[in-house]
Amino acid sequence: MINASLKELSGALVSKAISSVELTTLFLDRCEKLNPLLNAFITLDRAATLAEARAADARLATGGVNDCGPLLGIPLAYKDIFCMQGWLTTCGSKMLANFVSPYDAHVVEQFKKAGMVTLGRCNMDEFAMGSSTENSFFGPSRNPWNTRCVPGGSSGGSAVAIAARMAPAAVGTDTGGSIRQPAALCGLTGIKPTYGVVSRYGMIAYASSLDQGGPLAKSAQDCALLLNAMAGYDARDSTSLQRPAEDYSRNLEQPLTGIRIGLPKEFFAQGMSDDVRAAVDAALAEYRKLGAQTVEISLPNSGLSVPAYYVIAPAEASSNLSRFDGVRYGYRAPDYGDLSDMYCKTRAQGFGAEVKRRILIGTYVLSHGYYDAYYLQAQKIRRLIADDFRAAFQQCDVIASPTTPSVAFEIGAKSDDPVQMYLSDIYTTSANLAGLPGISLPCGFGAGNMPVGLQLLGNYFDEARMLNLAHQYQQATDWHLRMPEEL
Amino acid sequence: MSNSWEIVIGLETHAQLRTNSKIFSGASIAFGASPNVQACAVDLALPGVLPVLNKAAVECAIRFGLAVGAEIAPRSVFARKNYFYPDLPKGYQISQFELPVVKGGTLTILVAPSKPGAQAYEKTVHLTRAHLEEDAGKSLHEDFHGKTGIDLNRAGTPLLEIVTEPDMCSAAEAVAYAKALHALVRWVGICDGNMQEGSFRCDANVSVRRPGEPLGTRREIKNLNSFRFLQQAIEYEVKWQIETLEDGGRIHQATVLFDPATGQTRSMRSKEDAQDYRYFPDPDLLPLEIAPTWIASVKAAMPELPAEMRTRFEREYGLSAYDAVALTASREIAQYFEDCLTAAGKEKDLPPTPLPGEGGDGSSLRSMVITAPPRGGPSATLAKTCANWIMGDLAARLNKDSKEIGEAPVSPVQLASLVLRIADNTISNKLGKDVFDALWNGEGASADAIIEAKGLKQITDSGAIEKLIDEVLAANPKSVEEFRAGKEKAFNALVGQAMKATKGKANPQQVNELLRKKLGG
Repeated sequence: MINASLKELSGALVSKAISSVELTTLFLDRCEKLNPLLNAFITLDRAATLAEARAADARLATGGVNDCGPLLGIPLAYKDIFCMQGWLTTCGSKMLANFVSPYDAHVVEQFKKAGMVTLGRCNMDEFAMGSSTENSFFGPSRNPWNTRCVPGGSSGGSAVAIAARMAPAAVGTDTGGSIRQPAALCGLTGIKPTYGVVSRYGMIAYASSLDQGGPLAKSAQDCALLLNAMAGYDARDSTSLQRPAEDYSRNLEQPLTGIRIGLPKEFFAQGMSDDVRAAVDAALAEYRKLGAQTVEISLPNSGLSVPAYYVIAPAEASSNLSRFDGVRYGYRAPDYGDLSDMYCKTRAQGFGAEVKRRILIGTYVLSHGYYDAYYLQAQKIRRLIADDFRAAFQQCDVIASPTTPSVAFEIGAKSDDPVQMYLSDIYTTSANLAGLPGISLPCGFGAGNMPVGLQLLGNYFDEARMLNLAHQYQQATDWHLRMPEEL
Repeated sequence: MSNSWEIVIGLETHAQLRTNSKIFSGASIAFGASPNVQACAVDLALPGVLPVLNKAAVECAIRFGLAVGAEIAPRSVFARKNYFYPDLPKGYQISQFELPVVKGGTLTILVAPSKPGAQAYEKTVHLTRAHLEEDAGKSLHEDFHGKTGIDLNRAGTPLLEIVTEPDMCSAAEAVAYAKALHALVRWVGICDGNMQEGSFRCDANVSVRRPGEPLGTRREIKNLNSFRFLQQAIEYEVKWQIETLEDGGRIHQATVLFDPATGQTRSMRSKEDAQDYRYFPDPDLLPLEIAPTWIASVKAAMPELPAEMRTRFEREYGLSAYDAVALTASREIAQYFEDCLTAAGKEKDLPPTPLPGEGGDGSSLRSMVITAPPRGGPSATLAKTCANWIMGDLAARLNKDSKEIGEAPVSPVQLASLVLRIADNTISNKLGKDVFDALWNGEGASADAIIEAKGLKQITDSGAIEKLIDEVLAANPKSVEEFRAGKEKAFNALVGQAMKATKGKANPQQVNELLRKKLGG
């Protein structure tokens, strides 16, 4: 049951083969057993979770699946960035370690409507800033494939929960790769939708113009079902897009004949490790077997995406995180003199090192005299990157690359070298800068038998096609079905 | 104070917009609620909340732009102004910086004479821009035992910040501009103008220079919430700057506060500790795009503007510019005036008699006439009389009883009835004031009813008046003698005696004529 797809779980629930309480208990038991080792969850609340499961069973009993859809009664793990009424919503920070949200994020509302059961709240890099989940105030999460390694980040806890089969599915957020990168490092499928498809209301902001919520799961098929539930217009988010609802599963079974997969020469030229290259090459060969063709394309400005990202994201973050001032909620330093002292101590004590680093960078690049050279320049690069993609999609339908340049590294290996850490986002940030959708799917194993992820980038609103490509690959391969040895 | 200094003033005015809800949330903006009950999750800046622009606030900006003949930007951008303060929950204020919603525009003002004998004059003040932004909350420093309380009810209240060019040259001009702007924003219905509640507040940028020299260093006086304070603050600041410079000192750019208790300005922060607000476009909000069709629909619903109405009053009723400005100080006053005139105009056969000049404070107003005097004829004189009553006795009485014109116990129709009885010499202007008081106190439904009930009808029978005059002359031989000796003052005393004898009911002009005839005869 813990390896079952969401579709299979739904079938079992509807046919009464298992109740939501039974299914949820199964996962809760694993959570409680494995969490001390893996630290995937910040908050688990068996009583609250089972109450939701009982409510789901009641709806299942009255044919609620017809109203709610196929996710009714299935447990779901949330990255601790989505505000959820009555639950601690910490965002991985000491600053919010005591913050119980008085309201639900739009994404939470959507999944509650779909009848999913809240399994718990997943660990993450503090305020989603990081690529390893080492920046959590609650300690690092561990990769179930090798517990000495990081799971990636910032949605690391969500990825660990699924990889270790503590949860059948999870939601994360992706600002520069925070869904795709942990999905890759943990052998999962994760999709970052087009900017604006998923409402940001109630999703604690890191970098507003880049943040986008999305699902993590074992397969593309599961991701499609989850995206069906979480996508949708929300008037409370001015950047939410008003579009007709779509079924992201609709194209899963389409053959790939004639599909053109673009391979950016800049991505394949250098930078990726050999094991990753081998796995990606094999995946591309598999795609050709499935009828797709590969074409070389160019994204001339892609090398600028990490620098541009690390100007724009910190700039927005420096402003977004100003609200954590100790005045109204969250952490406040216990001892302080005047107001300025209260601010300084609260923020010095409440934020971790990486958050402070990015606030400082962001404050600097927005400062008088530096704004033009950094922030404006980065915005221009952002437009150039978007233009590159526009041109590339004239020649191909999707763009393939590795998700990360190497497999999961050991905990602590890059902690002292922020630039090295930032470069693990080299293939992922451009999609956020351009607002494009991206998916990562497992495509084999590399050094140390650690998972390798293949990234597919699509044109705006082309999620259904990307899921189709991922699903067809997963019909032909079984990488996504592999799980770490029992821990 | 030396005369060889030029004063340069620019104003920034924050007008609170009359929307139902806040500019970026659905919370109410009604004044006076208990602290923090009108602060929703967005206003509290809870983690994860996002702003959504209130279209009604944008519409207010469009109305204002149309009212001052400005350009409404087809695309403007909201920006974040970053600074920490406990009553600024997000740690930034959402405002507009590089691309404001309203660009340019003008406001024509009429400046009252600075001293007796000087002339009132018109001036056009150029606006730089007007932009939308949110207000902060309030910090309450009392009643918290040395701590500060935060009330976020005001946080997120929509404001239009209206910025002028440095066009004004005196405190009087600044006040005239502020009053005209205050009238305009109320006129077009975008602001209630309640200055005590902070709905309309001004910052004044003041500098001085020698004629022909470049602009001096300015100091900004913050948060002036009454016209009197605006006047006092600028006057003090100008005096201080000139004295400082004449004493060989230098002006340093600074933000200052005006203390009404001392009448002085004092520096709050200097340029050196000016903050870097790190403005950047707010990524939570899309650029504000205003389609021409939206502007057109707002335009179609605009009322006649005060400038247009003022011109029409001068043209149609022959009013002076000053009277026209006074009567268009608010839509309610203009409406009252026009209703009064309409009611008066319904009675026909008005004699073209020139009216006594002592009505209201018409005499002082008359010295300010800057355009051609009324062209005469019944409607012009009637208009002038109505205007005098409204700007004089009615205004004074409203002021005394702290009433708005909409609450006046004397209706426009009632006032018209009074004006007509004076115009046709049924009562004197002096008795008119008694009738006005009686109307105010609700002693009768119309002027006619009160005149009838009190027997105030003017004595016009010249035989009766002559008889009275004879008695007065007989009783005051000394005055008669003095007059004959050339003392004009004695004549006035005799008129006074005669009027007194008739209990004010004689037509003073008639008394005058008959008396002069008898004395001169």
